Amino acid sequence: MKAPRFAYRRAATLAEALDMLAGEGPGAVPLAGGQSLLATLNMRLSTPTLLVDIGDLDELVGIALERDVVRIGAMTRHAHVLESAVIRQHAPLVAEAIGHVGHVAIRNRGTFGGSLAYADPAAELPACTVALAGTVVVASRAGRREVPAERFFKGLFETDLAPGELIVEIRLPAHKPDRTWAFLEFARRHGDFAIVGLAAQATLADARIVDARLVYLGCVDRPKLARAAARALAGRTLPLDETAWIEPALAEDLDPPETPGCSAATKRQLAAVLTRRAVAAWHDRMPR
Amino acid sequence: MTPRDPEAGFTVEIDCTVNGVRVRRAVPARQHLVDFLRDELELTGSHLGCEHGVCGACSVLLDGVVVRGCLTLAAQAHGKRVDTVEGLSDSGALDALQAAFARHNAAQCGYCTPGMLLTAHELLGAGRPMSRAAIREFMSGNFCRCTGYHAIVDAIAEVLERPSSGS
Repeated sequence: MKAPRFAYRRAATLAEALDMLAGEGPGAVPLAGGQSLLATLNMRLSTPTLLVDIGDLDELVGIALERDVVRIGAMTRHAHVLESAVIRQHAPLVAEAIGHVGHVAIRNRGTFGGSLAYADPAAELPACTVALAGTVVVASRAGRREVPAERFFKGLFETDLAPGELIVEIRLPAHKPDRTWAFLEFARRHGDFAIVGLAAQATLADARIVDARLVYLGCVDRPKLARAAARALAGRTLPLDETAWIEPALAEDLDPPETPGCSAATKRQLAAVLTRRAVAAWHDRMPR
Repeated sequence: MTPRDPEAGFTVEIDCTVNGVRVRRAVPARQHLVDFLRDELELTGSHLGCEHGVCGACSVLLDGVVVRGCLTLAAQAHGKRVDTVEGLSDSGALDALQAAFARHNAAQCGYCTPGMLLTAHELLGAGRPMSRAAIREFMSGNFCRCTGYHAIVDAIAEVLERPSSGS
């Protein structure tokens, strides 16, 4: 279908973009890469009054390591993330996940900030940002604020962003030698949205798990940090010889809805399978 | 703020380069790039399939990289270079791929072919050797509803294996 009628303005600077967003009120939506927004407009699932094109804002593009933090500009495109040596070395979870994001033409346009702002529950980058305990930096005319990723995602396509606000940067704590990671998805076809996915990181003391962050995607309304599973994992030693705790822990953490062609029980089962694979991958990648 | 003209922003002035030719137009804000190319410039080689970013029939190059024409507004082409299958055919950039597609019967109904060629062009541009599985993965965002994928992969693999491939 064709998109509904909306107005379009191109911002030359961040300050101008924030003015445009503030001036229009809640009907204004930033247009970054457009790979989710324009699809929803073509399907008429979304009816903004104004698109503020932030595509020219080079100040929002770039990936840099600063002390112990990987800083990613909100307009950084997936193709850039895929090729980035800083990401490979300092955010290996993201490096592993980014290959699952769309296809080449989508990755050439789609942006990191756009993926977070859209907050599709099946998207990879929101889950990675939560798993890594990242921070979302948000700007408006009133100034900047930093939102922990865990608090940024509020529900199905819902975030902490208020009208007039724009994601400007994502900050991820850089990888450390005592960390291990895994990103896994179960999708019907490569590049499709995952039925269930898992972004998982653990902090180890030798082979003992000190802290685990497992974030499930696709199966519930937001990237879901699994606290019961993390509690059950803490203190265990890799490789795990016993994994029967996974199902009861996930039953506490995940309450997936039935969707056509996929029951809640199937989703929980897939989540358990991915959890076992992720913990095995943690062991394979353990620093030794 | 001064009150804005209520009609402001619904029409957007763009100045871009399409297949090497400078184009200046006023376009509706909501018009996507492929409708602009097809309806305004009569470049009908880029096709519309799903019109929500799934099928890849609308692939065009924007500043040299392949994008979904249906997920790009014409307004976003402002200041940029757009190349379509017409321009890349005329310049000879697709010669080797087109000959291989013909040899392998990789175009059946032909609807997906322009998109396939543009994505394959980017694959060749990466300049890396690729397994058939890697070619399939790279091309996986372009659908062929005749399901003629095998011949398409054959054609791309042949061009990829040839030294100094024509891309």
